Amino acid sequence: MNTNSNANVAPSGAEGGAATWMASDYKKGQPRWCPGCGDHFFLASLHKALAEIGVAPKDIAVISGIGCSSRLPHYMATYGMNTIHGRAAAIATGAKVTNPKLDVWQISGDGDGLAIGGNHFIHANRRNIDLNIILLNNRIYGLTKGQYSPTSPRGFVSKSSPYGTVEDPFRPAELCFGARGHFFARAVATDAPGTIEVLKAAHDHKGASVTEILQNCVIFNNGTHDSVYDKDGRKKNAIYVRHGEKLVFGENNEFGLVQQGFGLKVVEIGKDGYTLDDVLVHDAHCEDNTLQLKLALMGDGDGFPIALGVIRDVAAPTYDDAVTAQIAEVSAAKKYHNFAELLETNDIWEVRE
Amino acid sequence: MADSLNIQELEQVVVRFSGDSGDGMQLAGNIFSTVSATVGNSISTFPDYPADIRAPQGSLTGVSGFQVHIGAAQVYTPGDQCDVLVAMNAAAFKTQLRYAKPNATIIIDTDSFTKKDLDKAEFKTDDYIAEMGVDPDRVIACPLTTMVKDALADTGMDAKSVLKCRNMFALGLVCWLFSRDLNVAFNFLREKFAKKPAIAEANIKVIQAGYDYGHNTHSSAMNVYRIESKEKKPGRYMDITGNKATAYGFIAAAEKAGLQLYLGSYPITPATDVLHELSKHKSLGVKTVQCEDEIAGCSSAVGASFAGALAVTSTSGPGICLKSEAMNLAVIMELPLVVLDVQRGGPATGLPTKSEQTDLLQVLFGRNGESPMPVMAALSPTDCFAAAYDASKMALEHMTPVVLLTDAFIANGSGAFKLPDLEKMPAIKPPYVPEELRGSWTPYMRAENGARYWAVPGREGFEHILGGLEKDNKTGAISTNPENHDLMTRLRAEKVAKIQVPDLEVEGDTADADLLIVGFGSTYGHLHAAMDELRGVAAPHSAPRGATDVNPYKVALAQFRYLNPLPANTAEVLKRYPKVVVAEQNMGQLASYLRMKIDNFVPKQFNQVKGQPFVVSELVEAFKQILDE
Repeated sequence: MNTNSNANVAPSGAEGGAATWMASDYKKGQPRWCPGCGDHFFLASLHKALAEIGVAPKDIAVISGIGCSSRLPHYMATYGMNTIHGRAAAIATGAKVTNPKLDVWQISGDGDGLAIGGNHFIHANRRNIDLNIILLNNRIYGLTKGQYSPTSPRGFVSKSSPYGTVEDPFRPAELCFGARGHFFARAVATDAPGTIEVLKAAHDHKGASVTEILQNCVIFNNGTHDSVYDKDGRKKNAIYVRHGEKLVFGENNEFGLVQQGFGLKVVEIGKDGYTLDDVLVHDAHCEDNTLQLKLALMGDGDGFPIALGVIRDVAAPTYDDAVTAQIAEVSAAKKYHNFAELLETNDIWEVRE
Repeated sequence: MADSLNIQELEQVVVRFSGDSGDGMQLAGNIFSTVSATVGNSISTFPDYPADIRAPQGSLTGVSGFQVHIGAAQVYTPGDQCDVLVAMNAAAFKTQLRYAKPNATIIIDTDSFTKKDLDKAEFKTDDYIAEMGVDPDRVIACPLTTMVKDALADTGMDAKSVLKCRNMFALGLVCWLFSRDLNVAFNFLREKFAKKPAIAEANIKVIQAGYDYGHNTHSSAMNVYRIESKEKKPGRYMDITGNKATAYGFIAAAEKAGLQLYLGSYPITPATDVLHELSKHKSLGVKTVQCEDEIAGCSSAVGASFAGALAVTSTSGPGICLKSEAMNLAVIMELPLVVLDVQRGGPATGLPTKSEQTDLLQVLFGRNGESPMPVMAALSPTDCFAAAYDASKMALEHMTPVVLLTDAFIANGSGAFKLPDLEKMPAIKPPYVPEELRGSWTPYMRAENGARYWAVPGREGFEHILGGLEKDNKTGAISTNPENHDLMTRLRAEKVAKIQVPDLEVEGDTADADLLIVGFGSTYGHLHAAMDELRGVAAPHSAPRGATDVNPYKVALAQFRYLNPLPANTAEVLKRYPKVVVAEQNMGQLASYLRMKIDNFVPKQFNQVKGQPFVVSELVEAFKQILDE
């Protein structure tokens, strides 16, 4: 409805009823990423998701660190900051605690979020502050022109590892779960419906949410997510997980995931005695994250499909709500509510003439 | 109250209460200072905690002290050395004697000088008074523990609770010595232990016992002293430490500005008490986040500022190293932020519990790029309140991060704080973007004082993106245009340079001083006391109690509270006098800075980096040398 994205006049019919927004209401400027960069795809999906979510641009803060993907706030007609390397989660924390009504989106890359910003990433998850953390993972440092990142696989050859890296990568879900994260989802940047779906779920989740976006860097790490980057690839190599639905995949949903011992196993339904009844039903709301973690870690050349969708989504008390509640609780119990009254709580003496 | 025949008038007195960490020396000291302040005496206190985390009872490293300086006229420091030393055990006697004047009165509890106690305190002989070379006539040696037990014999209190009252006996004895009105102490205790009246009454009983003991046993032998208040400043007062005053200043500023107060912090000595204090006051809506590190402490405050809070981050020197990146983000985004640096000894972990002024150049210059940032330094424990208020006002009205320097000395020290009236304090008016600019506003439009307008999220029509990358002055978009960067750099610098700060005040012989003493921040008290002594308006600190010989020198003092921007009259003041000495607790950081700012300014320097406050008598000697040259 609203086509003037610079002025952001409230959409007509907003009075009394729910406002409706269009993707263009959240859009600003001309992105400067390389042609074909996964960030373009993600940005378009974010604009669409926000329109569907329907929070007014004035109530949204998009906060990023530094890196290619961290340029994103400049293309948003919302409030936002493109800050310093690694600190977006901490900066977003201060903004959210100050104004819990703000819808805060944190945009980070794999280097920004997991290397220099790793400490803030785990603590935002542990605190469970209501941030929508987006991790655009292209497994490379793009802005500094091609060094390995903390998600690059062992042996990865880059400008700073000409003979291959000699270290293991982080797996973002593992880090999120290890920090007691309550929400983890994954989408492929080129998959608009899949991305929009998880972004909406991330927004609806109260507390810290981590959404990993698998994203290609056409210049420095081309093809890193090739197995799932197009539709055909996803049909073969990915599984869309949805809470309450069977964990089936394949071009005709001919495969399923079953539990075997302490692990998961891929079976062909109708073969080796496996029926649809044997296939696991996804439970994103299960407090115990054991099976969710197994789903999240699949697809590392291990014969399993890559899990896409909302893998974990468990309700838990949020930090910002708890802060607000504690203020209300203590305010009701204490007798001083302004500075003058605070002074009177001290041992005071009077000097007379 | 005292009806002794031997009453002497005193100008000032320093009492040091010392004992084991659990002996309640701070409470005794606090009550003594309150009792004195109530009759209009000036007070200044300083706690001296042991460095050990938990030293064994009775050991030399486990001794803590609490020094109280009271005066008929204004006192500026907790005093170099004490006139009365209370030593609750052998270890305290041994370690604290060096803080006592040669003729000081010493009060000891002989019950805590058993063979075992003496061994722990590493005495070689049983005659510990002689071993320390103390004149026995100056010692009030009493079986203090026994007398406390006797006093409380009929209360049915358990042994542990009885021992906790020992400090009150010492307090009663000191109150007798200085003719203090016990009723004030009684009222203080009845209020403090309002919920435990039995404890209050037990303490009161013991104070009275201590007082009576002094009166009955020592009246004939010892003098009793009186400190009459010369310049009573009527009003309502409380005792406040610098850290608490700082926290109160932030609370007051937030309320005045109509903003939420946000503190992002990470525990660090000696700044942590600010976090402790602010985290108590949820009923005032204060939000404190104990972050994962110093970086997040500052970063989250920047986020809070963006979202519309009065944002503060508190730390000490090592934390500033880590915060400097996010401080710089606040510089380029032009958001209000107060960075509190409670300085301690450095470098690295250095002397965490001790005091220095060694972060000045770090906060002025320790960031990448051209990074102008206002810097202030509080002068005393009570000035921390006004300094925190003023720093907040400056940050909010000029849309800039501001550094407030205090240090371990004034942060932990205390003074009598006259309760402020918030209504009478100056208004705080941030430059919110005017409504009429809706539609034409861009993020770097400025108010008259050069401050960027503040558009807080939630306001429709003012959505915008800030960031750490240089922006175009007109559009607010990312820009690497060379002329624009040069312009933005200058605009940020001018904004800070244009901040109006009060003129540098000169005290003492303003017209004809032969020597101008220059300092900044927390050394104000010591430098002022040294000046007074040189001018002959105060009794020498090193001389015996009551001595009044004078040194007729012409001396003035200029103490900087504003370091950036410097007061407009700085150069004029510094060049007005024949000799200038810059005295600071570092290797010459203020002197270097002033030499950089003022052509042909070559001061003398007095530098000490011991982690301890200046000693007035040493300052006096050093300044005399300069004067006599």
